[in-house]
Amino acid sequence: MNLLALVGSAVLTFLAEVGALSQFTMKALRASFAPPIYLRLIGMQMLRIGYFSLPVVGMTAFFTGGVLALQIFIGGSRFNAEGFVANIVAIGITRELGPVIAGLMVAGRVSAAIAAEIGTMRVTEQIDALVTLSTNPFKYLVAPRLIAAVISMPLLVVIADIIGVFGGFVVGTQSLGFNPIVYIGNTVDFIEFDDVSSGLIKSAVFGFIIALMGCYSGYRSQGGAQGVGRATTNAVVSASILILAANYVMTSVFFSS
Amino acid sequence: MADTPKIELSNVHKNFGRKVVLDGIDLTVRAGHSMVVIGGSGTGKSVMLKCVLGLIKPTSGSIKVDGQEVTRLSERDREEVLKKFGMLFQSGALFDSLKIWENVAFALIQGEHMDRRKARDIAMEKLAKVGLGAEVGDLNPSELSGGMQKRVGLARAIAHDPEIVFFDEPTTGLDPIMADVINQLIVDTVKDMGATALSITHDMASARKIADDMAMIHKGKIIWTGAAREVDTCGNPYVDQFVNGRAEGPIQMEVLKA
Repeated sequence: MNLLALVGSAVLTFLAEVGALSQFTMKALRASFAPPIYLRLIGMQMLRIGYFSLPVVGMTAFFTGGVLALQIFIGGSRFNAEGFVANIVAIGITRELGPVIAGLMVAGRVSAAIAAEIGTMRVTEQIDALVTLSTNPFKYLVAPRLIAAVISMPLLVVIADIIGVFGGFVVGTQSLGFNPIVYIGNTVDFIEFDDVSSGLIKSAVFGFIIALMGCYSGYRSQGGAQGVGRATTNAVVSASILILAANYVMTSVFFSS
Repeated sequence: MADTPKIELSNVHKNFGRKVVLDGIDLTVRAGHSMVVIGGSGTGKSVMLKCVLGLIKPTSGSIKVDGQEVTRLSERDREEVLKKFGMLFQSGALFDSLKIWENVAFALIQGEHMDRRKARDIAMEKLAKVGLGAEVGDLNPSELSGGMQKRVGLARAIAHDPEIVFFDEPTTGLDPIMADVINQLIVDTVKDMGATALSITHDMASARKIADDMAMIHKGKIIWTGAAREVDTCGNPYVDQFVNGRAEGPIQMEVLKA
């Protein structure tokens, strides 16, 4: 009897969470498309989400590109594919590794920060105060972050793509002995518009997920400092899992034939 | 002269899951008067305030503001009704990311779309009214003491000249002198604006000073209500025990039993 109750309660809790998240998402979307739109706040959030994430994303992309070049060279030698390093680095970074790894790094940084900020506002009654001062918290807090993240992530990923390919270039030419001109030629010749564009669409979706989970977890925090801490962790974990799940769905949609 | 009461709660219930917090609240607040609701911690006072504002949705019952039912309003209608209100939160709830003057002017800039310079002037005026100088306006909330934060919170609540002001434990955590400063400010600003005030507190000294009418909440119900001066002579044993701060009495027995 008890085991069934446990399973039942787990399922019900899960469904309740899904329901609450869906309602929150609907409210957030409605708030994003209706006036007033706080341009100044969106600008500030783009600075915090986009610009300040550049160092992290840049370094991650550089090392990822480098490692990818190394692995493809070494692994590819098993079937004479060493020559394809430039091509595969370019396609791998633009299609998958650029958006996904940038997404995960930004999720760790930004989702946590948003959850902490909004969570602290929640437990100190600042969100209730907003309501009493004729301000819709969804329009003032959530919408600017959502819009800023959806705009910033693709821009970040463009830079990540460039730096990632560059990382592969450095390793390819310095350690693996490729000719620089040939390497760049291979990169440019074999990359297609779809590779880059699919990566950018993915990154916009990831930005949405990052901001949404940060706001959602923060908005629902309860119980003081511990509650805010829990909210921060939940934000990062759920954003990361949703990014990976969404990545699979989008990849199968974009590249099914 | 039967005017419409400014705020009227009828048979308001609120449950959080299986926990019953409000168990049939009936309360009337007269326009232009100051009502103080007293009661022990955890008796549902804050929840009641938040139900009136719509921050919490009551499980059942009716809440009327100026005769208009506010429990089932659309978001836009609720935003209109909320413009009549101002609230001082227990810990001030100032916005950390904004300067003090931006906090005070918030309702003016966001709600009324006032020009920032004009709003700043009004904010400085309201800060002066609560006894804070202009230099405070450019500080951040974290740089102020608790008493100053509460005064800023009061200035922020009244900046847009609301008709109704709520005070959530206005003197909690303050030293006796600062508490009296706040009490006096509440009395002066409410009289000044001709506003209706609803406060919740368990500080009897504060209650006596700021109240025209009082009500006592116990286990989710209003068990007594009347004019402030009658609170000592009303003869209700629960009120008596609370007002005189006695550990022994009908309230304590319920706590032990639970």
